[in-house]
Amino acid sequence: MIRFTIRRLLSGVVLLLVVTSATFFLAHLAIGDPTAGLLGNNATPDQRAALHEQLGLDRPLITQFWDWFSHAVRGDFGTSWRNFQPVSDQIALRVPVTLSVVLAATLLAAVVGLAVGIATGLRPDGILARVLKVASVVLFALPGFWVSLVLVMTFAVRLKWFPAVGYVPLTQSPSAWLSSITLPSVALALAAIVMIAEQLRNGFMEVTKQDFVRTLRARGLSSRRVTTHVLRNASPAALTVLAVMFVGLLGGAIVVEIIFNLPGIGSLTQSAAQIGDIPILLGLTAVTVVFVVLVNFLLDLVLGWINPKVRES
Amino acid sequence: MTEAVLPPPGDAVQAQRRLWSRFLRRPLGVTALAVFLFVVLVGLFAPLLAPHDPNLVDLGLTQAPPSSEHWMGGDSAGRDIFSRLLYGARTTVYGAAVACLVGVGLGVPAGVAAGYFGGITDRICSWISDGVQSVPGMIVLLIVAAGTGADFTVLMVTVGAFMAPGYYRISRSRALAVRKEPYVDAARVAGLTHTRILHAHMFRAVRAPVIIQSALTAGIAMGMQTGLQFLGVGTASTPDWGQMMNDGFRTMGTHPLILLWPSVALGVTIAALAFMGSTLADLVSVRTEPVPRRRRGARPADETTARTGELAHTVERSVLRIENLRVAYATAHGDKQVVRGVCLDVAPGEVLGIVGESGSGKSQTMFSALDLLPADGRATCDGIWVGGQAVGDLPRAKRHALLGTRIGYVPQEPMSNLDPCYTIGHQLVEPLRAVHGLTKAQARDRAREVLLQVGITDPDRVLASYPHQVSGGMAQRVLIAGAVAGKPDLLVADEPTTALDVTVQAEVLELLRELQQEYRMALVIVTHNFGVVADICDRVAVMKDGRIIESGTVERIFAAPADPYTAELIRASQDDTESRDDLDAAWNETEAEAGRKVHT
Repeated sequence: MIRFTIRRLLSGVVLLLVVTSATFFLAHLAIGDPTAGLLGNNATPDQRAALHEQLGLDRPLITQFWDWFSHAVRGDFGTSWRNFQPVSDQIALRVPVTLSVVLAATLLAAVVGLAVGIATGLRPDGILARVLKVASVVLFALPGFWVSLVLVMTFAVRLKWFPAVGYVPLTQSPSAWLSSITLPSVALALAAIVMIAEQLRNGFMEVTKQDFVRTLRARGLSSRRVTTHVLRNASPAALTVLAVMFVGLLGGAIVVEIIFNLPGIGSLTQSAAQIGDIPILLGLTAVTVVFVVLVNFLLDLVLGWINPKVRES
Repeated sequence: MTEAVLPPPGDAVQAQRRLWSRFLRRPLGVTALAVFLFVVLVGLFAPLLAPHDPNLVDLGLTQAPPSSEHWMGGDSAGRDIFSRLLYGARTTVYGAAVACLVGVGLGVPAGVAAGYFGGITDRICSWISDGVQSVPGMIVLLIVAAGTGADFTVLMVTVGAFMAPGYYRISRSRALAVRKEPYVDAARVAGLTHTRILHAHMFRAVRAPVIIQSALTAGIAMGMQTGLQFLGVGTASTPDWGQMMNDGFRTMGTHPLILLWPSVALGVTIAALAFMGSTLADLVSVRTEPVPRRRRGARPADETTARTGELAHTVERSVLRIENLRVAYATAHGDKQVVRGVCLDVAPGEVLGIVGESGSGKSQTMFSALDLLPADGRATCDGIWVGGQAVGDLPRAKRHALLGTRIGYVPQEPMSNLDPCYTIGHQLVEPLRAVHGLTKAQARDRAREVLLQVGITDPDRVLASYPHQVSGGMAQRVLIAGAVAGKPDLLVADEPTTALDVTVQAEVLELLRELQQEYRMALVIVTHNFGVVADICDRVAVMKDGRIIESGTVERIFAAPADPYTAELIRASQDDTESRDDLDAAWNETEAEAGRKVHT
């Protein structure tokens, strides 16, 4: 168990280093001279040259990389090129917003997906199962921001049930906070709900055919108890989808955050990319990859707990 | 030489044609395909179809409602929405095509190579694929967009690179599957080069999954592309749907129509792609047509069958009695009868053997007795009694209350009959608590006791183990313990020794006999082996093609089998050379004899 943990954490660290380093070079090569974006079109060549030197952009790229890298491994991601505030402070300010929405969406997806998955798994030919089949095809394909626009048009603009835009911190007013994250969370969760339900239904049908289910019935166990056994065996695929979805939500949240005007890491990414604020972009990449690694690690732990055979192989 | 190894190409062409014609018979698939082709054509011919210049600004048209001149009205800058929508289709289709081509180009060759060659190639490719998937795609796309001055083609190439892992995974798993096919081995033995094998087999194998994946990928690429355009990535001179949605979004409070048009266009296009993909996936994965659903309560179409087998005891004296059992399975071609008119019974303390080859209906007979047939199977009979009580018409819940209390079941394959997710202790204790109402401590004591009884010397270790941590013989002992823990009157054992090593077989059989005598249980043992019958049974029923062809006491059957098939089965298990041909020959002889009897 300890060896498993260490191995997973090590491979996570390697992934983090490789991905952020690759992003460093990609960003510098793609953006080239960021001073135009940072200062706007009205800047004089002298102003741009001054900023160029101030940011150390005249040094060889590899020197710049080493400078950034040696600080980053110690947790120092430098300062933003726009306002010279520490990168970590700015991201720390944004993370709770995005996490609120993404965690709420994940929770929603897990609960509703589980319920629908069990219901359709028990009656694989029922009406709900057929509706799910069609819904899963469409909702998986439609992008989250499209769903967001439909939800905003319907529930915010037309019915006025929820605020169309804006974010209220939890500490300020829990009910307003909930109301402000409801629509974005639902928009992000819908695709995940149908995917999880579909996986569970397939898992149910697969597991129900297995010999041990018949043997459990032959021991006289009630259908409720047999269902518990089936569910535990059928859940790994659905949990994997949940983890993949969580990772996807972090990325997909960018457009959704813009639509709902939420000050999360998504809108920060967009503004930083627009002006070429590379330190912020690298910090955001690192934070995202850390989340990916953590979620995958948690997934492995849970899968190992569910089926101990997995833990040993 | 090589021609003999490669399957004739005609087959593949025909299979392709069949798939295509089956696709055209699915209304949803055809509609989706028509919608998608419509969007593609509109995109291609946008310059001819558009009634206005998409970029022409007419201030009078600003946020104008639909009119006969401008079918969808004007946008916030005073441009004709309908024309912009047509040109937008062009951008959308082009972007999706670029992303799919790049995804296929990167993912499929890598996946096929990884699956075919395995080893280090596989490890490197898979590592890269996993790495790409953990890169935050939108961040990279925004960086690329910022850096390249929103060059649309470069952007969609990047999207394609992020789509490549999807293609990689399916190609790899298909290649792995094909790699194991015997004809690929044959091709290698025949001296074909890797290149020819890859060309001949692999690309054919991955074709259908890649098309399905492309429908999915195109939809996702359209979503990402429109999302980026919504964020302001893209050139103002080329109309696209994301830009239009952004424009509509900013005025949605006052002019919702401006947002509605491009949203509907995008939604319908993506949905069409998704349904094309899922219809195709359905057709590829399900090769047979769906089974018609049987009306609830409808009786299976009975073949007129005579009763077979004999009843040796009165109803009152029997632990299990079945009269005229028929079992049928629903298939695409109507019901298939697998058990035809079986009668049997067993008394307390008696051991009945049901003998037959696989497919003779012996297991189906037994599952009917337990009421545990698979969902598409259906049993009907003139009567079934457990302990002298008629149970055939009992509601399902009452019928299942017999399981674990009056009837115990020992399955065939020990490993697949234990739930891999729970400890053996949990699996033994749970029914004792839930069905027999024991406390946790009592149930644990009882579980330990039966484990000792089935010859397990360290019950505590076994109780704490998971199924994969014990041997097959041990697992079968655990299953026997589970079956007898509730002290049933009747034990039903389905080929209890078939999956075990020869040395363990005798021990398990001996154990069953001991337990049967100790608990004074009736034992019904299903087997294909007359050796088992000779060891343990009092009476025997021989089954073939769903009928009992002979039954009687073991002494009588061994001394003077009345049926040549029985004689052949006995001989086969004595020499241990069960040849299917011999058995079939014996069966044909029986049939011929029966035919002579009818005619004379």
